[in-house]
Amino acid sequence: MKRRDFVTNSFAGGTYISMGGLSLNSCKLQKTTRITILHTNDVHSHIDPFPEGHNSFPNRGGVARRAALVHKIREENPNTLLLDAGDIFQGTPYFNFYGGELEFKLMTMLRYDAATIGNHDFDKGIEGLLAQMPYANFKLLSANYDFTNTVMNGFVKAYETFLLDGIKIGVFGLGIKLHGLVPENLFKETVYQNPIEIAQDMSSVLKNEENCDLVICLSHLGYAYKDNQRPSDLQLAQKTDNIDLIIGGHTHTFLDKPVVRQNRLDKPVLVNQVGCYGINLGRIDFHFDAKKNFQSDGLSISV
Amino acid sequence: MNLKIQHFVIFVTITVFFSCTNTPQRLTGISGVQLPITDSIVGADSIELFVAPYRERVNEVLDSALAFAPKTITKLDGKFNTSAGNLMADIVLSEANPVFNSTSGQNIDFVILNHGGIRSIISKGKVSARTAYEVMPFDNSIVVVAIKGKSVRDLISFLIKADRPHPIAGIQIVLNKNGTLRDVNIKGKPFDENKTYQVATSSYLADGGDNMGFFKDGLKVEDLNYFIRNAMIDYFIKVDTLTAEVDDRFVKIQEK
Repeated sequence: MKRRDFVTNSFAGGTYISMGGLSLNSCKLQKTTRITILHTNDVHSHIDPFPEGHNSFPNRGGVARRAALVHKIREENPNTLLLDAGDIFQGTPYFNFYGGELEFKLMTMLRYDAATIGNHDFDKGIEGLLAQMPYANFKLLSANYDFTNTVMNGFVKAYETFLLDGIKIGVFGLGIKLHGLVPENLFKETVYQNPIEIAQDMSSVLKNEENCDLVICLSHLGYAYKDNQRPSDLQLAQKTDNIDLIIGGHTHTFLDKPVVRQNRLDKPVLVNQVGCYGINLGRIDFHFDAKKNFQSDGLSISV
Repeated sequence: MNLKIQHFVIFVTITVFFSCTNTPQRLTGISGVQLPITDSIVGADSIELFVAPYRERVNEVLDSALAFAPKTITKLDGKFNTSAGNLMADIVLSEANPVFNSTSGQNIDFVILNHGGIRSIISKGKVSARTAYEVMPFDNSIVVVAIKGKSVRDLISFLIKADRPHPIAGIQIVLNKNGTLRDVNIKGKPFDENKTYQVATSSYLADGGDNMGFFKDGLKVEDLNYFIRNAMIDYFIKVDTLTAEVDDRFVKIQEK
């Protein structure tokens, strides 16, 4: 009995030494991690590619092609998140015929991690959105829509965190003002709250309480407006503290490349949007390094 | 003894944890790129197979030819009125009026839709039910709202101030060179502010969408339960050739 205890004990001790050594070694290696964020917005039920004869986007888009591309990128880097910034629904007969079922099933097959809710996602009413939730094996995120008094209560989270190879990523969602944009009988008692204020709170929670290494906002506010009182992604970037990346939607904005703005603390925020209809896939890579003598201003951004 | 092992495990865990958090990873670089989805990417078979039965059903219904468009119809070819806008508003007027007349005994005076509601161009060539789905994917029905002359004036002001040409039919608006209002004719007669007008629009706009507040003061609202898209399909079936032009329904006088 005693001998057995001794063996067990020394085994544990041995484990300690080797594991301690291992952990020290692994840290000495100055481990680098790459986090890849893939994103779409305003896909609007576009499942098939545009036909060859289409005036604006001939031969572009298509979910099966997007699936192949996402799969290839995930094989190269398993530390990948796939996100969508809303307006998943409405735009092709697939939605009119099947009510969004096919869109959610395909997003599940592509292993989307999270999406936010666009104004058109209310197009078959809030009950219509609820009806498709059984097909969504990804998180639906909105921090500024309060669904408490609706059938969607409990189906939408403000944010979600993901841990990829030791890097913690916080993702939260923001939706656009619904009054004047969506008939009230569709969104019912969904309450819209000021997105900039909510974003400030949410990003602080994710950075300081959840200790996220990266904070990503999925926004369906729109890229920018002439009326600069109207909440937009560019406003959001400049009026908050802790967001690293804003993935936008709603305005179907085609950016040549992600845009960089300085936040309230003069730190860079990336804003990106990839047009619409699934004709592009956005890709942002975040490189993490474990160098000891890291200078805080040594962040390089190449876009 | 078991307790001691447990302690060891906790100790090990804490040690491993701390030894790594001593050199936390930090964000050192960000790179961004946009990846176009083109026909150079071979689609995933699993997705193709999954979508196929859904697609077959949809195509069966949608792809039979209904009409032919000799040239492309777009909402971007005019400042005050456009070929696509005129086509849409004209279709609503011609297809919805018999429906409205049969239930109310009255006629539609004019039509207003929203520029943003036209979701696609009509490419030249075959026109099918799919075309109607592309242009009008929304399940918006045609609604007739009775509004007072005062609200019609608000509506006209809204159209003049709008930065986009909203589709209209049955009403003509003429502006002076300086942008002020010169003439308004409804069904060929001068606008009478003391009259009540029957205005056909989409259910989306009648509910206050796109900030068209003048429908709030509507005296009577009648939903025809007739989708704009179905009106388009009915119209496509009737005509062989689908044409639409920019015309003089909303113009600004250029001289004098």
